Amino acid sequence: MTQDNPKTRRQPPRHGGPGGGPGIMTGEEKPKNFKATLRKLVKELSQYKVRIIIVFIFAALSAFFMILGPKVLGNITTELFEGLMNKIRGTGEGINFDSIKQTILFLLGLYVSSTLLAYTQGWIMSGVSAKITYRLREQISLKINNLPLKYFDKTSQGEVLSRVTNDVDTISRTLNQSLTQMITSLTTVIGVIFMMFSISWQMTLVALLILPLSASLIALVVKQSQKYFKKQQDYLGHVNGHVEEMYGGHVVVKAFNGEEDSIKKFNGINDVLYDSAWKSQFLSGMMMPIMMFVGNIGYVLISILGGWFAVKRIITVGDIQAFIQYVRQFTQPVAQIANIMNIFQQTAAAAERVFEFLEEDEEIAETPNPVKNVEHNGNVEFKHVQFGYDPEKIIIKDFSCKVNKGHNIAIVGPTGAGKTTMVKLLMRFYDVNSGEILLDGHNIKDFSRYDLRENFGMVLQDTWLYNGTIWDNIKYGRLDATDEEVMAAAKAAHVDAFVLMLPDGYSLMLNEETTNVSQGQKQLITIARAILADPKVLILDEATSSVDTRTEVQIQKAMTNLMKNRTSFVIAHRLSTIRDADLILVMNEGDIVEQGNHQELLERDGFYAELYKSQFEEDFVETEELI
Amino acid sequence: MLKLIGYLKPYTVFILVAIALLFVQALSELALPDYMSRIVNVGIQQAGIEDALPQAISQETFDHVSLFMSRENKEAILGYYELITKDSSNYQDYLKSYPALETEPVYVLVNDDIGKNEELKLTFGKALMAYSGIKSGGALGNENFAPPSGFTIPEGADPFKMMQLIPESVRLQMLTEMDKMVDVLGESMIKQSSVLVVKEEYQKLGMDTDRIQSRYVFRTGLMMVLMALLSTAATILVAFIASKIAAAVARNLRKDVFTKIENFSNVEFAKFSTASLITRTTNDITQIQLVIVMIIRMVFYAPIMGVGGVIRALEKSVSMSWIIGLAVIILLGMIGIVFAIALPKFKKIQKLIDRLNLVTRENLSGLMVVRAFNTQKFEEKRFREANEDVTKTNLFVNRVMVSMMPIMMLVMNGIVLLIVWVGAKQIAESSLQVGDMMAYIQYAMQIIISFLMLTMIFIFIPRASVSANRVHEVLKVDPEITDPDNPKQFPKDFKGEVEFRNVCYRFPGAEENILNHISFTAKPGETTAIIGSTGSGKSTLLNMIPRFYDVCDGQVLLDGVDIRAVKQHDLRDHIGYVPQKGVLFSGTIESNLKYADDDATLEEIKKAAEIAQATEFIETKEEKYQTPISQGGINVSGGQKQRLSIARALLKRPEIFLFDDSFSALDFKTDAALRRKLKQETGDSTLIIVGQRIATIKNAEQILVLDEGKLVGKGRHDELMKSCQTYQEIARSQLSEEELS
Repeated sequence: MTQDNPKTRRQPPRHGGPGGGPGIMTGEEKPKNFKATLRKLVKELSQYKVRIIIVFIFAALSAFFMILGPKVLGNITTELFEGLMNKIRGTGEGINFDSIKQTILFLLGLYVSSTLLAYTQGWIMSGVSAKITYRLREQISLKINNLPLKYFDKTSQGEVLSRVTNDVDTISRTLNQSLTQMITSLTTVIGVIFMMFSISWQMTLVALLILPLSASLIALVVKQSQKYFKKQQDYLGHVNGHVEEMYGGHVVVKAFNGEEDSIKKFNGINDVLYDSAWKSQFLSGMMMPIMMFVGNIGYVLISILGGWFAVKRIITVGDIQAFIQYVRQFTQPVAQIANIMNIFQQTAAAAERVFEFLEEDEEIAETPNPVKNVEHNGNVEFKHVQFGYDPEKIIIKDFSCKVNKGHNIAIVGPTGAGKTTMVKLLMRFYDVNSGEILLDGHNIKDFSRYDLRENFGMVLQDTWLYNGTIWDNIKYGRLDATDEEVMAAAKAAHVDAFVLMLPDGYSLMLNEETTNVSQGQKQLITIARAILADPKVLILDEATSSVDTRTEVQIQKAMTNLMKNRTSFVIAHRLSTIRDADLILVMNEGDIVEQGNHQELLERDGFYAELYKSQFEEDFVETEELI
Repeated sequence: MLKLIGYLKPYTVFILVAIALLFVQALSELALPDYMSRIVNVGIQQAGIEDALPQAISQETFDHVSLFMSRENKEAILGYYELITKDSSNYQDYLKSYPALETEPVYVLVNDDIGKNEELKLTFGKALMAYSGIKSGGALGNENFAPPSGFTIPEGADPFKMMQLIPESVRLQMLTEMDKMVDVLGESMIKQSSVLVVKEEYQKLGMDTDRIQSRYVFRTGLMMVLMALLSTAATILVAFIASKIAAAVARNLRKDVFTKIENFSNVEFAKFSTASLITRTTNDITQIQLVIVMIIRMVFYAPIMGVGGVIRALEKSVSMSWIIGLAVIILLGMIGIVFAIALPKFKKIQKLIDRLNLVTRENLSGLMVVRAFNTQKFEEKRFREANEDVTKTNLFVNRVMVSMMPIMMLVMNGIVLLIVWVGAKQIAESSLQVGDMMAYIQYAMQIIISFLMLTMIFIFIPRASVSANRVHEVLKVDPEITDPDNPKQFPKDFKGEVEFRNVCYRFPGAEENILNHISFTAKPGETTAIIGSTGSGKSTLLNMIPRFYDVCDGQVLLDGVDIRAVKQHDLRDHIGYVPQKGVLFSGTIESNLKYADDDATLEEIKKAAEIAQATEFIETKEEKYQTPISQGGINVSGGQKQRLSIARALLKRPEIFLFDDSFSALDFKTDAALRRKLKQETGDSTLIIVGQRIATIKNAEQILVLDEGKLVGKGRHDELMKSCQTYQEIARSQLSEEELS
C-alpha cells in the first residue's frame, strides 16, 4: 500500500489521442454490454424524468425554430428579387417593405425564442447532470468503505480513482452536451430534409447523394490513416518506453557508458515515429478539406440546379438561398450524430465501469444480532484457523493459539511468511475460511465490525497520514477526543518534542505527499494516533523498519509506552522486543512452525534459532503484504 | 513559445510556401459566394447576359438606337462592329448564330475591346434604354423615361421616323436632359434594364436565349467547381506541409532534448525529477507538434480569410461594413465576458478536482487505517465536502458555458437579418443587387468565423506555450558536469586507488553541506565500507566517485589523478557500479548482463551470475538466461534485481567496485555467501560498499562512519566499537549484546 505499489502503475493508459484528429480515429472504447449499461443509466436518469422530457421538448423546439429560419429568410429574398424585377420590367409595385419588415420581426422572434429555449434546456440539463454526477461519486465513495479489502488486491488505486474522476466526468460531459446535442441534431436532420423536400425534391435528392459520397471518401481516408495511427501510437509507446527506461536507469546508463547506444537507439525510434506521425497527421488533416470539397460540390450543384430551376421559374431565388443554407446545415448534424454515437459508446464503457464498481460484492453482511456490552479485556484466541487469499491457495493451514490479556505476542518469519495476514484476519479485514477467532470469548464475527475494531489500534510500517494538520492527524485515532487527551497522546508518543520545533507546531498542514515531516516523525504521529485510540489490542506491523537509528530509539520508547497494559501483536523487527515477548509465533510459508518464548525457541534449535543466528535480518518487506 | 522558434528556421521556405497556398485557399474559397451571386444576378436576373453590349444587333435596331447618341459615339461604336449582309463573305458563318440575317443585315461585334471602354458601354446602355422606352410607347416602367416635354408622339406614328426628322443639335440637347434623369437610377439599374433590351433584340435575331442563359449558369458552375478543387488542393498541400514541418520539429526537439538529458548529471536530474523529464521529452513535445500544425493551418489562415472576406464584402457593399464590425465586436465582447466569468472558475475547478482526487486517494491508500480506527464516516464527510465543491463550481461553469452557443447563434442570425433589412433598402435604391446581398451574408459569416477561429487559438496557445517553456527549460540547461577541454589519461597500469581529499559537497540550493571535509583512501584489494544513518551523506559520497556529483571543494583522485581532469567515459570505464535499487532494462537476463560488456561470452556471463548468487534463480527459470525482463524489471523480485545488477557490474571487470547499499534486498544467507565469493573473485579491485547492516560491513578493512556529512569514525569494526559512539549506537540497535561482545 505504499506509494510505489507496482499495481498502481498497471493502470491502462488513457489515450488522449496524440493524433488529435477527429473522434473517429481514437478512443475506440467499447462497453461489454451496451444495452444493460444503457438500461442502468436510463434508470439513473429516470428520477429526473419530467425535467429531461422538458429538456428534450425544448431542444427539439429550439432546433425546429432554427430550421424555419432559412426558408422564411428565403421568402424575403424572393420578395426583394421579384420586387426588383418588377421594377425593372416596369410592372407591379416594387419592393414591399412592410411585408419584409414583418417577416424580419417574425424571424427575430423565432431566433430569440430558439435561443431562450436552447439556453433553458442547457440550464436544466446542467442541473440534472450535476445531480447525477454528484450522486455517482457519492455512491462510489460510500462503496469504497464497504468493499472487502480483498477487492483491492486485484484492483489498483488508480483504477478506482479513475472511476471517481475520469469515468464520472465522461458521463457528466455526455449528459451535459451530447444527449441534447443528439436531440438537436436529429431534429435538425429530419427538419432539414423535410424543408429541403418542400423546396424541391430533385435538389434534395442531389443533396442527399452527396452524403454517401462524402462518407465513402472519409472511409477511404480513415482506412489509410488507421495503420499510420496505429504505428504512431506504437512508436510513441516505444519512445515513451525507452525514455522512461533510460531516465529511470540514468545512473546505470552513465556508469556503463551507455549514453551513445541509448541515443542511437532513440534516434532510430524517433525517425520511425516522425514518419508515421506526419503521415497520420496529414491523413487526418485531409478529412476536413475533403469534407469541405464534397460540401462545396454540393453547393455548386445546388447553385447550378437551383439557378436552372429559377430560370424555369420552378423555384424562387429565395428558395435557392434557403436550400444552400439547408445543405450546409445538413452535413454538420449528420457528422455530429456519427460522433455522438461514438461518444455514447465511450460513455457506456465509462458507465459500465462505474456500475460494475458499484455492484461489486460488499463485505459479508454484519451479523443480525451482534453481541453488545461485552466487557473487553483483550483476550484473543485463534482456533484452527484456515485461510487463503485465494481459496485454492490456502496459506494458513491450521493455526491455533491462545493469547491472554496484556500479553505481548511477536510474530516473526521470513518475508512472505504470512505475518501480516494474521493481523488482517484478527481485524476482520478478511474472513477466515474455516475455524474461528475469539475476542474475549466471542467469535469476532458475532460483533459488529465497528464494535470489533474499536478494540484495536494499529501502527503500520506504511505511515498513512492525511492531508490535514498534525493535530487533526493525531485526533484521527478518536475523533471525539478532547484537546487534553490529544495532547497527552502526543506527549506519550514523543510527538510533542519535535512538533514544537516545526514552523506551525500542531497546526502544520501536512502536504499532499506528507513530505514536510520526516519518516520517523510520521511514525511517531501514527503512534500518537494509536495511543489516543486507547485500544485493548495493539498491532504493530514493522513499525520501525524505515527509520534511522536515532529516531528508532525514540519510537521504541513511544512504543513501550503504548504497549503498557495492552494485548499487543508485534510483527517484529527489533530483537529486544521479540526477546521480551510473552509468546513468539514463528511463521514460515503461511504456517506457524514454532511457538514459545525466546529462550524456549532457542533451546529447540529449530527454525527460529536459525533465523536468529542469521542476525534476524529482514529489512525487505514486500509491500503487497500490507494490503 | 518564441524561444523554440529556432526549430522552425530550417523550414522557413516551406512555411512561406504554405502561406502562399493559404492565400490560394482563401481566395478560391472566397470566390465561391461571388460566383453564386453571379448565378443569381446575371444567370437568373439578367438571363445570362452579362453586359448591355449586344453581340449582334440588327441594322434597323441599331439605326434606331443610335438616334440616342452623338454622332461621334455612334461612329466609335460602329468601329467595333461589322455589318453582315447576304453579300458578306462570312455570311454563311453567321447565319447559324443569327437566323435573322436571312431577312435583314446585322451588325456583329468583331472587336471585343469595346468591353474595356466603360464610357462607351454606358452610352450604349443608355441609348438602348431610351430606345426601349420610346418603342414601348413611353413608359419604361418609370415616368422618367418618357420623352421630353413638348415632344408628343402622335398615335400610330413611328416614333423613330419622327426622331430622325429632328435636327441633330436638338436631339443631342434632348439626350443630355435624358442622361441627367437616367443617371439618377445608377449604373446598376441601367445595366439591368438595358440587358433586357439586348435579350429582346437577341430574340428578334432568332438567337436561342434559353441556351445563352443555361450556358452561363453552367459555365459559372464549372468555375465554382474549379475553385472548389483549387481550394481543396491548396488545403491538402498546406496540410501536407504543416504535418511534415510539425513532425520534423517534434523529431528534432525530441532528439535534442533526449541527447541533452542523457548528458545530465544527477544534480540536473534531481532538479527536474525523472517523471517531469519524461513528460518533457514525450507529451510536451507532442503538444508542440499539434500546435504547430494548428498555427500553420489556422492561425495563419484566419487573418488571410478574415481580411479577404472584408475586402470581398467591401467590394459588394461598403455601406454595410459597419454591420460586420458590429458583429465582430459583439461576439468578441461576448466571448470575453463569458471567459472572464468562467476562466477563474476553470482554474478553481482543477484545484477542486485535485482535492477530490486527493481525498479519494487518501481513503484508498489508508483503507486499513480507516477501518481500524472506524473513521469511515469521517472519510465520507471529507469526500462529500470535496464532491459538493466540485459539483457546485462545475454547475456554475457549465451554466455559463452553455449560454455560448445559443447566444452566438442568435448574434449570427441577428446579423443576417440586419444585412437583409439594410440590404433590402439598398436593393430598392438599386445600389445593391440581390445576389450581392446573398454573397455579402456569406462573407459576413466567413469573417465572423475567422475571428472565432482566432479566439479558439488563444485557448490553445497558452497550453502549448507551457509545454514549450518546459521543453526550453531542459534545453537551456548547461550540464554542471562536463568533460575537460584537455583531458588527461589515467596511468597505463591503473590500480584503482581512490582518494578523497578534503571533499565537501552541497546540493544546489541547500543551506548546508551534505558532506564536510571528507578525506580517506580506499586501497586496491581492500574493502572500504561506509555506514551512517539516513541522510548522513553516504550515498552521495559514493556517487562522487563516478562523477555523478562534482565536489564543491577538495578533490577526488583515482591513482592520483583528479577525476575532473579525465573524460567521464574513461573514468567510468574503470568503475563497476551497483545502484541501490537494482535497475534493469527491458530485454533478457542475458542482454541485461551484457550491458556491461557486449562481447562477453556465455561462460563469462555464467561465472558472473554465479558470483552474484544469481545462478540459483536463473536456472529455475524455463528460459534461463533468455528469460525476458519487462520494462522496469517488474517480473523479477527486488533481491533478484540486485543480484543481476551485481553480476552486471562483475562482468565489466573494473578496477573499482561501488556498491550503493546493494545488498539490502538480499536475505542474510545470500548476502553472506555473495560477499564471501565477491571477495575471492574481485581480488585486487578496490571495493567500496555503502551499507546499513553492520553484519554486511563488519569484516571490511576500513569502515567509514558518517554522521550528518562528517566523517566521525574510520577504522576496523573492533576499533570503531571502542572509539566511535555513532558506530556503537548503530551496532547496538542491530546486534544483540552477545554478538557485540
